Amino acid sequence: MWVSLGELKPYMTYHLGYWSLALYIASFICYARILYVPHLWLGRAASLLLAGGILLQYFALLERSRWTHSVPYNDLYGSMSLFAWLLGITYLGLEIFHRQRSVGAFVTLLLVIWIALLHLLAPPGLPPQPSERGPLFAFHVTLNTWAYAAFALSFVLSVIYLVQDRVLRSRRLGTPFWRFPALDVLDRMARSSVYVGLGALIMGVVMGLIWKHRLSGGYSWGDPKVVVTLAILVVYAAYLWLSRSAAWRGARAALLCALNFVIVLFSYTFVNLYFTKFHRFF
Amino acid sequence: MGTAAKAERSGGAVRIHIALIGCNHRTAPVEFRERVSFTPEQAVHAAGELRERGILEEAVVLSTCNRSELYGVPGETGPAAAEAMEMFFTSFHQIPRAELDGRLYRWMGADAVRHLFRVAAGIDSMMLGEAEILGQLRTAYNQALDHGSTGPVLNRMFQGALEVGKRVRAETEVGARPMSVALAGVKLAERVFGNLKGHSALIVGAGAVAEQVVEHLRNRGIGSVRVVNRSYEHAAELARKMGGEAVAWESLESVVGVPDILVTSVGGTGPVLTREMLERAIAARTGRPVFVVDLGVPRNVSADAAGLYNLYLYNIDDLGEIVEQNKKSREAEIPRAEALISEHLSKFEAWRAAIEAGSIVDDLRDRFHQHRESLIREKLAEMKDVSPGERERIAHITEELIERVLEHPTQKMRQGGRMRGHLAGLDALRHLFGLDEEKD
Repeated sequence: MWVSLGELKPYMTYHLGYWSLALYIASFICYARILYVPHLWLGRAASLLLAGGILLQYFALLERSRWTHSVPYNDLYGSMSLFAWLLGITYLGLEIFHRQRSVGAFVTLLLVIWIALLHLLAPPGLPPQPSERGPLFAFHVTLNTWAYAAFALSFVLSVIYLVQDRVLRSRRLGTPFWRFPALDVLDRMARSSVYVGLGALIMGVVMGLIWKHRLSGGYSWGDPKVVVTLAILVVYAAYLWLSRSAAWRGARAALLCALNFVIVLFSYTFVNLYFTKFHRFF
Repeated sequence: MGTAAKAERSGGAVRIHIALIGCNHRTAPVEFRERVSFTPEQAVHAAGELRERGILEEAVVLSTCNRSELYGVPGETGPAAAEAMEMFFTSFHQIPRAELDGRLYRWMGADAVRHLFRVAAGIDSMMLGEAEILGQLRTAYNQALDHGSTGPVLNRMFQGALEVGKRVRAETEVGARPMSVALAGVKLAERVFGNLKGHSALIVGAGAVAEQVVEHLRNRGIGSVRVVNRSYEHAAELARKMGGEAVAWESLESVVGVPDILVTSVGGTGPVLTREMLERAIAARTGRPVFVVDLGVPRNVSADAAGLYNLYLYNIDDLGEIVEQNKKSREAEIPRAEALISEHLSKFEAWRAAIEAGSIVDDLRDRFHQHRESLIREKLAEMKDVSPGERERIAHITEELIERVLEHPTQKMRQGGRMRGHLAGLDALRHLFGLDEEKD
């Protein structure tokens, strides 16, 4: 029986997607295990499995991109998948930079839930091919999605910080407590993540503005998405500044970072779906 | 197989015997343990003498503050070997035999191996899961190895024990959580600051537990330590001992805002550090967290300081409770540690079985060849018309028959992993073929 290219591509995309999900689950199991039982090789296996999942997901995204001739942003499956992939990459980068694996269980759990959800929600088949918008636009979308992924990571790290702080003060220390990273490490990881997010967001916004200017000779300052994105820039910059001040350093800064993510979520969901006309892709 | 096991051939078969005698903190009081302990030199001398006297073919003496144990591969089997080891133990330490009653334990074979593995894992220690015993065991073994007191059996056994010790600490929580107040304080500080290198500490008072805290901090590479005490001489003495800096009591308020870790251990009444002092200290640190360990009774730090932002305060009761929680947690890990010990014990027993099984095949082959030769001699003497060529063919065929018969059991028995749990079967085999009878 012959299978047409149109039938084969969704199969490839979903097949690779399921395999990457399987690797993320395996990675989560290993990360969760080392929280209770420290094991060097198990930790390395967790990181390798995560890297494997990221690689497979890359091929799934590549397959989708080849079909749409664009970064996968114009359908829910592609957009969520791109977000998860960038979240995985950002975490792996921070893990290597800070030499810290103990938050891997939380990040991979988020990845697993996210990808399982997108497989449930995603419509079968490939999305329609969007109109050609060029590489500048592709960078704009990718960088902004990367910024959201990095902010999501800083949210996870800040929540762990707050839990850890609460546990330290309550003096009821369970087994995983002794395996969690120190408050100082969590603080530095969250800040690194916000730096990555802010950098990506600034570059993404600049590219979006250039692209818009080239297209229409003007900017869309009044678009709700642009307004909320600028607000995100401000609140995260404020976090970076306040987290070094005497009054905010520590748990208060972590709480601020966690709350900032509410605006990111608002921008990614409600603004995209209901408020903006210009940034609504699906 | 090396010389030791060869020398253990009794009744034609290689039998690996292992014996252990000793006492520990559970069986003997400290006064007795002091009398039967071995210095490193005495341990070497004792192991050598045990071998010279023919009591043991391989020997390792393990002596720590909580145990004195003799491990060996005896030439004789069973209680006789242990008896000889006990005699040696009493004569070496010049202790009347009667004093040993109930204080010395004896383990033979797999039980002795299991005991050693439990010791290496820290399960047999006074402080469950302590790390020091693994280093002490390694030192004792290396010393015996360097002086030629070990052989293939004890080498295998002690290397296995060191591996078990490492795995138990890496794969279970038996040794993970702090079990002393001082270490708990330092570990908690690590939960706030991460690596303590480059951080600073201020010790207020000069109590014994505070000294232990400083030692743990030093082991973790703390950047700088300052000591403040009412008596400047005491402060200077502790500072000198710990490589820190002594500060006058009057300067306490001016230096309290500098360190990341504060340890207080001052006798007397009333708090030494008030909420206001600590508030000023945190402000001076631009809000960077301060970790305070209050070891004083009555407390040295005002209780209301606990609510200060970015101040983590633990008093002696808090730390005591954490140690108690950790103790329970370590105890809950014992079954997992025991499972690892059983796994390694099975490996050791499989190795032992493979060695012993290999010797049975060799003995069976010898026995069959003896029968073959006598049978051929007897039968060919009756068969006068058989040519020399035919005689040679008959000899060749019978030889091949024996090899074919033994081919399968040889393969099976040399596969150590599959021989686990068949040691009793091997004994039956020896008995069945008369291999356990004394050779003429």
